[in-house]
Amino acid sequence: MAQSLDYLKETPSQTAGPYVHIGLAPGAAGFDIYGQELGWDIAGPNAQGERIRVEGLVIDGTGSPVKDVLLEVWQANAAGIYAHPEHPGAVEDGFRGWGRVITDFATGEWGFDTVKPGAVPGRNGTVQAPHINLWIVARGINVGLNTRLYFEDEAEANAADPVINMIEWENRRQTLIARRNETDGKVVYRFDIRLQGENETVFFDI
Amino acid sequence: MLKPGEFYQRDREWHPPAYVHNYKTSVARSPRQALISLENTVSEITGPVFGHGDIDAGDNDLIYNYAKSGESAIGERIILHGRVLDENGRPLPHTLVEIWQANAGGRYRHKKDTYLAPIDPNFGGCGRTLTDENGYYYFRTVKPGAYPWRNWVNNWRPAHIHMSIFGTAFAQRLITQCYFEGDPLIAKCPIVNTIPDPAAIDRLIAPLDLNATIPLDSIAYRFDVVLRGRRSTLFENRLEGN
Repeated sequence: MAQSLDYLKETPSQTAGPYVHIGLAPGAAGFDIYGQELGWDIAGPNAQGERIRVEGLVIDGTGSPVKDVLLEVWQANAAGIYAHPEHPGAVEDGFRGWGRVITDFATGEWGFDTVKPGAVPGRNGTVQAPHINLWIVARGINVGLNTRLYFEDEAEANAADPVINMIEWENRRQTLIARRNETDGKVVYRFDIRLQGENETVFFDI
Repeated sequence: MLKPGEFYQRDREWHPPAYVHNYKTSVARSPRQALISLENTVSEITGPVFGHGDIDAGDNDLIYNYAKSGESAIGERIILHGRVLDENGRPLPHTLVEIWQANAGGRYRHKKDTYLAPIDPNFGGCGRTLTDENGYYYFRTVKPGAYPWRNWVNNWRPAHIHMSIFGTAFAQRLITQCYFEGDPLIAKCPIVNTIPDPAAIDRLIAPLDLNATIPLDSIAYRFDVVLRGRRSTLFENRLEGN
C-alpha cells in the first residue's frame, strides 16, 4: 500500500433547473428582493473602447430556442486586462468584466451591452485574439457549458489564436465567431449557440 | 507577471455526464461532440471579484428577507452553513455564495411555477452571502418541500436548495444542489442519479448538525463545498512563457 493522497474531490455539479432566475436574477422571476441585482452592468460608465451589444439565441438539438437559460460573461477590458488581482494592470473604475443575462421567456433571445475586449496574453508568450468567455446553465444542462465568443472583424487575430487553432476540425471553428452588424450606428454582434447537432457550438473543458 | 498555477483538471467522470436519458431535458440539451480541453490561460484563472458593497447584510436570512414587517416565512426553520474549500483543503475567503429554493410546500416564487401548493407571502426563496476569511458561510431559511415535476409522470424532486459558488476563477464556477440527510426521495431522483458515483452523491447530502442548532429556534444542516484546486508552480511556469 502506498500513502494515501489527501486531495479533496470537487463538489459535483447539478443542473441549475428551471427556476435559476429566482436565485440569480429574481427580477426576471417576477419579484424584487435585493437592493441590487448583480451582473447587469459589465463594463461600467468609464470603460474605454468600442461600445457593443451582443445578442443571440441558445438552440437545442431539436432546433428550438431554449427559453430558460442563464448565461454568464467574463471578459477583459479594451486594453486586454481582466479585473482580477492576478492580472497585472488596472481597469477603469467600475469595470467588472463580468455579467449575467437570461433568455427572454417568450422568444429565447438574450443580449448584453459591453465594450469590445482587447487581446489578452496566451500561454508561452502567445497572444489570444479578443474574446468573451461564456458560461451557460439551464434546466437539462448537468454541468455548466463553457464556450468563447470571438469577433468576425478580428480575422487576422482569430487566425493566430492559440485556442481556435487547437480545434482540429476547421469547420467547427466558425461556431465561435460572432457576426458583426451595424444598425443606426450601433454595433451588434450576433452569436447563436447550438447545444447539439448540426453546427453544434464548440464547448470547452477549461 | 501572472501568478502561476493551473487548476487541477475537472474529473468529468465524477460530475454527471451531459447526456442522461432518464433526465429527459438533457436529451436535447447535451452536446454530441466531445468537449475540447484547454490548458488554462489568464481567461480561465481569473474571475469576478465581489465585495460587501455588492450585497446587503440581511441577504442571507431567507426567513426575513422577503417578509413583511413583523412577519416571517412559514416552515421548518433551518440554518444552512459550511465552508467553501478548494481541493487542497484551503479555504476560499470572500467568495460569493448564492442560493435559491422552493418554500416549505415545494412552490417556487416564479412566474413559470404552476404547482398548486400556495406561495408563502413572506418568503422569496433566494439569498446570498460572502464567505468570511476562513471560507465560512451561513444562511437562515426554511426547509424546502419536495415538489413534482414533469419527467416521468410521477417524479418528485427531493427537498433541495440550489447553490451557486464562484471561487476566484472562471474555471471554478459551479452550480449544484444541496439535499438533506435521510430524505427517501434522493435515491429515486433522476437528477440526483445523473451522478454516476454514489460517493459523489453523498457529497451533496447535508447532514443534520445538532451542534450548530440554535435551541428552541432553528435546526442546522452542514454543507461544505469544494471547488477546484490549483497546482503549485515548483520548477516552471509555462502559463505566460519564460
